[in-house]
Amino acid sequence: MTAATVEYKSDMAPPVSALPGSSFSSRMKRRMPLLPALLFTIVVTQLPFLYTIYISFIGWDRDHPEFGHKFVGLKNFRAVFSDSALRQAVFTTVRLTVLVVLVAVLLGLSLALLLDRRFPGRGVVRTLLIAPFLIMPMAAALLWKHAFYNAQFGLINAVINGVRGWFGNHTPTSWSILTDHPLLAVAIPLIWQWTPFMMLILLAGLQSQPGDVLEAARVDGATNFQIFRSITLPHLRQYLELSVLLGSIYILQAFDAIYTITRGISNTTNLPFAIFQTQVEAGDYGLTSAEGVVVVVATIVVATFVLRTVSSLFKEEA
Amino acid sequence: MPIYSSPRRFTRLAVLVAATAVAGGSLAACSGAGGGSGSGGDSKSINVLMVGNSQMTDIQKLTAANFTKDTGIKVNFTVLDENSLRAKVQDDVANKTGAYDVVTIGAYEVPIWSKNGWLHEVSSYAKGDSTFDESDILKPMLTAASGADGKLYGIPFYGESSMLMYRKDLLAAKGLTMPEHPTWDQVAQIAAKVADKSQGIAGICLRGLKGWGEMFAPLTTVVNTFGGTWFDANWNPQVNAPAFTDAVTFYTNLVKQYGEPDPQTSGFTECQNAMGQGKAAMWYDATSGAGKLEDSSQSKVAGKLGFAFAPVNKTQYSGWLWSWDWAMPSTTKKSDSAWKFISWASSKKYENLVGTQLGWSRVPDGKRASTYEIPQYQQATSAYYKLVEESIQNADPANPGVQKRPAIGVQFVDIPEFADLGDKVSEYIDGVLTGSSTVQAALNKGQQDAEAVAKIYRNK
Repeated sequence: MTAATVEYKSDMAPPVSALPGSSFSSRMKRRMPLLPALLFTIVVTQLPFLYTIYISFIGWDRDHPEFGHKFVGLKNFRAVFSDSALRQAVFTTVRLTVLVVLVAVLLGLSLALLLDRRFPGRGVVRTLLIAPFLIMPMAAALLWKHAFYNAQFGLINAVINGVRGWFGNHTPTSWSILTDHPLLAVAIPLIWQWTPFMMLILLAGLQSQPGDVLEAARVDGATNFQIFRSITLPHLRQYLELSVLLGSIYILQAFDAIYTITRGISNTTNLPFAIFQTQVEAGDYGLTSAEGVVVVVATIVVATFVLRTVSSLFKEEA
Repeated sequence: MPIYSSPRRFTRLAVLVAATAVAGGSLAACSGAGGGSGSGGDSKSINVLMVGNSQMTDIQKLTAANFTKDTGIKVNFTVLDENSLRAKVQDDVANKTGAYDVVTIGAYEVPIWSKNGWLHEVSSYAKGDSTFDESDILKPMLTAASGADGKLYGIPFYGESSMLMYRKDLLAAKGLTMPEHPTWDQVAQIAAKVADKSQGIAGICLRGLKGWGEMFAPLTTVVNTFGGTWFDANWNPQVNAPAFTDAVTFYTNLVKQYGEPDPQTSGFTECQNAMGQGKAAMWYDATSGAGKLEDSSQSKVAGKLGFAFAPVNKTQYSGWLWSWDWAMPSTTKKSDSAWKFISWASSKKYENLVGTQLGWSRVPDGKRASTYEIPQYQQATSAYYKLVEESIQNADPANPGVQKRPAIGVQFVDIPEFADLGDKVSEYIDGVLTGSSTVQAALNKGQQDAEAVAKIYRNK
């Protein structure tokens, strides 16, 4: 099977340019249908980005039109790199992303392993598990803030107080997740929302496992754990990488949960929220653009590094 | 270098990812729905962008069957929460996109935005419209809606001051009575006695939510009456001065000892809910918050409430002044139709319409002297309407404290930088409320931010 695949690939790789009569014009003709999409992508992503770079060199204060739009050189960029709040936001972004993605992948993996088995009502359970992912992020954050976290009416403190009540302690607890663990309070709704996403990807991975290999392993007397460790996990590697990659991309941009639950206080401001505050509250378009440019450049550097070194998504399977 | 290992597997993944993206996209589309902006070229339709307060959602219900029926002008409403609204209106008017013909703006924005040339003046319309009766509008509300040139740039829709709302039954159970004009010391003493940890009842609910328009609305009035100010008349920041420090120390101590749990998450809505659910004995906040608490279909404490003037220390009154006004961005091309809508929405006729159709406690009040003469309105709001009227009349945006100010505003400083400054300092004070910082450290940081703002104005 391996040999067949390799042969198939080596046939497939060169032929695009090796087709008979593939002159420049015929190549262009074949690519023509793609042009509108390319143009659209350039117009909606690259032009705004170029404009953002331009604004980042301009002093543009929304609230003071009388100051006009002057070229200020690197002033905005100097402000970005000397802002300690922004450095704190970078740190928070990393902590939040790592926490959410790791926990969501682990939970997603365990749920996927459970769903990979046959049991009555599996379809219903799968639908229920996916439900959090289908709820609007803002609605989910509001639900968590008011229905679960609220120290007076929320479910969490109600349960704690109920348990305390059984032991004869009838004073409500003064503990509150919002005060004592604000970042965790932001992370939990995100984990809750993104676990089903991870589960779906990993479940697809599990279900694409070749049954004959598993059966052979079982015949050879491998235990369930050995099968998981030596066959399932290596097979899942790409799926795990994909879920971590996509999860990180989404969680880096987390906004709704922070805006709704903490408004960024107690060191829960991540980069998108910090940039939002510069634009909406301070109205400094130049500084906002500079922050945006720095973040995009940093993201490209980090993403390239991560993709090159860690991921096997971009490599051929040996 | 293909980015996949085998075509079949990639297809499966691609389908999965695409499906997910589509689901996400369509949900995002749902959440962004509700706009009627941009379109509508004929003068028979106008686009209105407004804040989602209950008075505004009421007008949304009543417009089609009344205003549109009478004038033939169709009104497309876009409703946003306060923070999003501010950002949206500001971007719209500052960048002159001209998507809206009427927007709701607050007392803080009118002077700044009119100076920037973002708003269409409405004085000429108001003066030329005899049925509108400008002389009936309360004077502080007119001042608040005027620009530096003395012209009107907004028409008040409803106005408010601040007052102390309290549970008469809880105070009576402890043998306490609330003076009509309480001092903050008296309020703190009462809070200590009525707070009931075992029942989960806070002595007082005070806003701690980050934001110049959240925490700093009540807190700045406390600063004023304690003798403090953000800036003195010469733009010297006074944020870590003794009076400001005393006020913040008092406020944060009161909240930490006898206030609601998690004060850093409590804004207007959260405190109103706590009060309405019987989880707080007192609440110092907007007078417009009382209507919902006195409505027995939405509140467990209707009929049990007493009302007192905003608590004071060194001043005689300390209530704030706020109004939501209708304004026209200078880019509108339909100012005549826009005025028709504005004058209808702020008219006596509309107040009567709300009173008869939705109930008299829901009238958008606090802007017209005649509102307070309507017998049905007096009856529905008998517990507090006189107090509200007197509070509004005595709120002085030019001179709200004990010293001269460089800019107007009771619970804010009317400069564009204040929104950002207030947000930042309230975040530092949230550090005090959650126990990660001290008042002095928070205000020293605030002083630095205020100094950066003051520089802009000292050099002018």
